[in-house]
Amino acid sequence: MNIAESIRIALRALWVNKIRSGLTMLGIIIGVGAVIAMVGIGNGASKSITDQIQGLGSNLLTVYPGQSDSLTSKDVSVLEQGQYVQAVAPIASSNAQVVFGSSNAFVNIYGTTGSYLDVRNTSLSRGRFFTQEELADYKRVAVVGPTVVENLFGSADTNIIGKSIKVNNVPFQVIGITESQGSSGFMNNDDLIIIPITTAQLRLTGDKSVRQILVKAVSEDSMDIAQMEITSLLRNAHKLSAAQEDDFAISNQADILETMEGVTQTLTMLLGGIAAISLVVGGIGIMNIMLVSVTERTREIGIRKAIGAREIDILYQFLIEAVILSVMGGAIGILIGGGGSIIIAKLIGMTSVISLSSVIIAVTFSALIGIVFGVFPAKKASSLNPIDALRYE
Amino acid sequence: MITLKGIKKIYQTGEVQVAALQGIDLHISQGEFVSIMGPSGSGKSTTMNVLGCLDTPTEGEYTLDGFNIASASNNELASIRSRKLGFIFQGYNLLPRTTALENVELPLIYSGIKKQERKARALEALKSVGLEDRTHHKPQELSGGQQQRVAIARALVTKPSVILADEPTGNLDSHSSVEVMALFQQLHQQGNTIIIVTHEQDIADYTRRIIRFKDGRIEKDEAVADPRKAEEACQ
Ligand SMILES: Nc1ncnc2c1ncn2[C@@H]1O[C@H](COP(=O)(O)OP(=O)(O)O)[C@@H](O)[C@H]1O
Ligand SMILES: [Mg+2]
Repeated sequence: MNIAESIRIALRALWVNKIRSGLTMLGIIIGVGAVIAMVGIGNGASKSITDQIQGLGSNLLTVYPGQSDSLTSKDVSVLEQGQYVQAVAPIASSNAQVVFGSSNAFVNIYGTTGSYLDVRNTSLSRGRFFTQEELADYKRVAVVGPTVVENLFGSADTNIIGKSIKVNNVPFQVIGITESQGSSGFMNNDDLIIIPITTAQLRLTGDKSVRQILVKAVSEDSMDIAQMEITSLLRNAHKLSAAQEDDFAISNQADILETMEGVTQTLTMLLGGIAAISLVVGGIGIMNIMLVSVTERTREIGIRKAIGAREIDILYQFLIEAVILSVMGGAIGILIGGGGSIIIAKLIGMTSVISLSSVIIAVTFSALIGIVFGVFPAKKASSLNPIDALRYE
Repeated sequence: MITLKGIKKIYQTGEVQVAALQGIDLHISQGEFVSIMGPSGSGKSTTMNVLGCLDTPTEGEYTLDGFNIASASNNELASIRSRKLGFIFQGYNLLPRTTALENVELPLIYSGIKKQERKARALEALKSVGLEDRTHHKPQELSGGQQQRVAIARALVTKPSVILADEPTGNLDSHSSVEVMALFQQLHQQGNTIIIVTHEQDIADYTRRIIRFKDGRIEKDEAVADPRKAEEACQ
């Protein structure tokens, strides 16, 4: 008997036992599909978070006050002198009740200066940013994030520019809308209202202190030098003696990126763990079907041997059956898992990144289980006397 | 063509040893139509399984067409089952959910016969058992008698040297039984060597020679003086 004939026999046997074949394949599909979908979504999540953090500017340093009030607008001008500093934007932030017509929302308000957009690596989708004059004149003008637009004005209304909103009961005129940046995991840069820092300090925070200072280093490579420079500039400005500790802290975008990568790696591992469980469950499903059908199949083996099948014929048949089921189940699993993860990712506004390694691991594992539990009992049964196989209960 | 010499079969179940066959000597020639009779547990099935190379004896010699079965490898046994033997079971043992035609084709697949010839020969075999209009029926769509005739067609299709049938009428009503016996008589007339097991004297009377078993030994071996004609009983 040749291989083509063995394949035909195996296909025939699979077709004749459609339900068993289907259930076995289902186990493989679930295992493979779950792994690919979960790992795809996990990878997609880490990629989108990493991308967003990088989009914020990977040469961004943030200076925080050590104790309250230790950073002021004066420090901003000090830092602007830095050789490795490209741009500096102070931020005085506060949460405030924002009202437009009948809608209202609780929004993060950033008071800052004109260099904010440059430091943040972003731009406006509509309107304009406030001018140096407006900053100097404590003008009540606001640049709003797209999420704020959606929450306050409903859909992306074109006529928002020029409208008046009330921030803590103070009317502000909307002059621009920032480009959507998405949320970066720890903060939503779209749910934000940006106003002149002078206005913010006067109307919202009530003092001259600065919550943080964003510093854009001249390049990604000069982050460390820039950080050292900032430290010495600020220590000088604050007149700290060598014995005194810094009264500020500097966080590095690269550090944040590293931390977030750690977080997303954990997330991917968690999803991978869930997927591994699905794989095991699918594997147990395959095993069950294979073992449960052993009685019936042992009789089948007895019949085939009684009419002249050799041991090797039986083994080929079962091996080919298992391989066909694994390959087909694996392929369907890849399609369903891959397609499913892309759809799910779309629905929750992410992308799915399907990794080759997850495909290989999932398919290999399921195929291995399918083949071991498909062929091992068959191997045992095919070495029986035909009469013992026929008698098997 | 078949010679058994001192065949013993001992089953070991736990502590207990059961001597199912205690030394069988037997010769069956080409073209004979033999029935094996005897009470339940006397070793009829064990003998048939040894003859059909489905089971190996514990001791003794078995020659089939001059070939020593005792020293044959598993693959040689498979090839003997495939080319020289046609086995019919009391419980039919057809592959479920598989059509009559495919069931009959199966032995030909294992003996490496090409698709077209296979199909033609399977159809011919089904025709010879009177089932040419049931080729695409599955076992569960056939009566017991029809299933047994499919099984007979499957045994015949390889043109074996010997047809072995263990209680082929055991699950059948008397009418179907006679039909099956008529088929065997017809096959015998065409020159086939046939050995059947039965515990019914009525059935044995259709054969030419009756071998009686008792407690794993041959008790009596006699020719049938005037075999009944199943063809007539059918009418
Ligand atoms: N697989 C087996 N294991 C143990 N004992 C068996 C087995 N098969 C048959 N026997 C015993 O061998 C004896 C002969 O059985 P068998 O050949 O089936 O008898 P018969 O077909 O004449 O009724 C019986 O005593 C039976 O219990
Ligand atoms: Mg018996």
